[in-house]
Amino acid sequence: MIQEHALDTVDINVNMGPQHPSTHGVFRMVLTIDGERVVDVEPHIGYMHRGGEKLSETMDYRQAIGYQDRTDYLAQFQNEQAYCMAVEKLIGIEVPERAEYIRVILCELNRITSHMMFVGAFGIDLGIFGTTFTYAFRERERIQDIFEEVSGERLMYGYFRPGGVVWDLPDNFVQRVREVLPQTRQGLKDLDTLLTDNEIFVARSRGVGAISGEDAINWGLTGPMLRASGVPWDLRKDKPYSIYDRFAFEIPVGQFGDVYDRYLVRMEEMRQSIRIVEDALEQLPEGPILPEKMPRKLRGPVAEVYACVEGARGEYGIYIVSKSGDKPYRLKIRSPSFCNLSALRAITIGNYVADAVAILGSIDIVLCDVDR
Amino acid sequence: MLALTFDVGNIWLDSLLGLVTMVLLMTLVVLMLIYVERKVAARMQMRLGPMRVGPHGTLQTLADAIKLVGKEDLRPASANRWVFELAPFAIFVPAFMAFVVIPFTRDWVVAFLDLGLLYIIAVGGLSFIGFLMAGWASDNKYALLGAMRAAAQLVSYEIPMVLALLSIAMVTGTLNLTSIVGFQDKVPLIVWQPLAFYIFLVATLAELERQPFDIPTAESEVVGGPFIEYSGIRWSMFMLASYANLFIYSLLGSAVFLGGWEWPFGSDAGLWLQILLTVLKTSFLILLFIWIRFTLPRLRIDQLMSYCWKVLVPLGFLQVLINGFVLVYEWPDGLLLPFSGAGLLLAGYITYKAVRVEPRSLRMVPKPATATAPPPSVPAPAELS
Repeated sequence: MIQEHALDTVDINVNMGPQHPSTHGVFRMVLTIDGERVVDVEPHIGYMHRGGEKLSETMDYRQAIGYQDRTDYLAQFQNEQAYCMAVEKLIGIEVPERAEYIRVILCELNRITSHMMFVGAFGIDLGIFGTTFTYAFRERERIQDIFEEVSGERLMYGYFRPGGVVWDLPDNFVQRVREVLPQTRQGLKDLDTLLTDNEIFVARSRGVGAISGEDAINWGLTGPMLRASGVPWDLRKDKPYSIYDRFAFEIPVGQFGDVYDRYLVRMEEMRQSIRIVEDALEQLPEGPILPEKMPRKLRGPVAEVYACVEGARGEYGIYIVSKSGDKPYRLKIRSPSFCNLSALRAITIGNYVADAVAILGSIDIVLCDVDR
Repeated sequence: MLALTFDVGNIWLDSLLGLVTMVLLMTLVVLMLIYVERKVAARMQMRLGPMRVGPHGTLQTLADAIKLVGKEDLRPASANRWVFELAPFAIFVPAFMAFVVIPFTRDWVVAFLDLGLLYIIAVGGLSFIGFLMAGWASDNKYALLGAMRAAAQLVSYEIPMVLALLSIAMVTGTLNLTSIVGFQDKVPLIVWQPLAFYIFLVATLAELERQPFDIPTAESEVVGGPFIEYSGIRWSMFMLASYANLFIYSLLGSAVFLGGWEWPFGSDAGLWLQILLTVLKTSFLILLFIWIRFTLPRLRIDQLMSYCWKVLVPLGFLQVLINGFVLVYEWPDGLLLPFSGAGLLLAGYITYKAVRVEPRSLRMVPKPATATAPPPSVPAPAELS
């Protein structure tokens, strides 16, 4: 072909990843580009597959908690909660009041840390040389310190148990969180001035990678991706679990479903999470953190259960098939990153190479969550 | 007194000594610049920056340089050997060539050249050849993408840069940099030509490939662009050239627009005061570039090109036109300021209109928490703004 028309242009394939600074882990997309335009994207996943589902089937219900942390390593508490909820549903355990409150507080703080990570990394994707990252990480680090004090771990908490949490909160927990929340609010304002009002940031993210509400539902998107497209769907409201019906908060919903809306939705969700945590700290009751009568060994009946939570990235669900015994027969994780990533090809084609990076960043994937 | 020239009798030896001194001086300046940039960036990002090597990490860049020199000089097997190995020089040499005509004080300049400004423009335009060579010879698609971006960007931004400097040449009536600075003994040219200064500043940012115009080397997209396959001494030559360019363009900006070593309070500034003024004005520009680098996101290539061709080039011609009218019809020189200022306001307005859109707000949905929620309503796809 080239010989016939000497001046024909040829599309080239660019292999982006698995080692690339802005694929957020070991994700690989093969971009077919025509100059600066993306003609086709072929995502390749699986580099981070560790068989988390299968591993969870080989150990009893309490032991598998550690593996849930290792799927979405930025929203660990939410994964643990989904898993614990599934086990509780299967075995029929009532969670005490205080434990529910502790879980909600930690999950919402976890949502803040996760979205902070998104904001920081997104700034780098759009070319700010690390400044957003350090600012976001300052906020994240304060909350991370609280997590460390609560669970003894900085990354893989393993703090929730079927039936409650493993031990009670440290004494000064409420006071410390109350000190941190205003600082987080201020940090959000700082990030607003750094990013939200920045003309170049707006020019880069507005109108890029838009997806309509209908398409978003058809792709199975959940979480901020779905809400940015204008669909007010939040499991905390629509399938209320735990004690989320006791708190007043609103669901931020975008209009256009583009990269900028996804960013705005996440920023607003952090503010709503702060509201929830403040309310929950106000109401935090005293009492036991595990039910009085916990079986020493958790044994499930012959049943199938599905429990899902509104994770930082969307619906994080655990499906357990039990054929009695102390292990699940089959455990399936419905991970939000995987489903959200499926829309990548549809919204990237036709954009510039630079936009492909921004779009991938706005999906906010965690590769461990995609591959499990 | 001429600095950087030597007089031992033999013309070849003189030139050689001058060259060696210049390269050493430049390397020293670059090492300092990198240290300053890292420290300032760290300050802006609530970090400490280099702290370990030497007091407050002052020797960190030296250690880095030694490490880079000691590294293996890798060349991809499929690279075009000669082009690949010559590319660093094609970027490195023009940077140092430009240095020759830039005056530090009234008497300190390597070469008094009557066409100094033209020479700088000509030499500065050479460096994109090096980017193309590096990108093409590396046999790497990222490098190729980066090289193409560099070529497009550098060639486009030459034009507003030339127009801005041309308007200066019109006002001062000379291309000799020393005379241009001498022209500003009362009032620096930034006052007469604010629009030209703005165009020069933006074009310089693009020529230097610093944020928001670091598109050719974009770390998060093309991972270093043309430099992706380079390592060791060749890579450090690219870095050296990049920081040398930062220094040179800041010096040029301070000489042409900020009045170099001149200041408005008497023209008889002593040698040390002259040096101090040059250093202060240059540092101001350098710190401005660093500040911008660590605050702004990167533009996309189409936005970059349209800003150049649709905004900067017409405004550059406008500035030249203003100067032409004022000078040809011998209107009072004082008119330069309001006209050029109005042009600057126009530039600001156009930029504002181009990037500013209605602030977007989210819809906040206060939903009752109920398990029997209706299926989510699908809104009609909104018109994108």
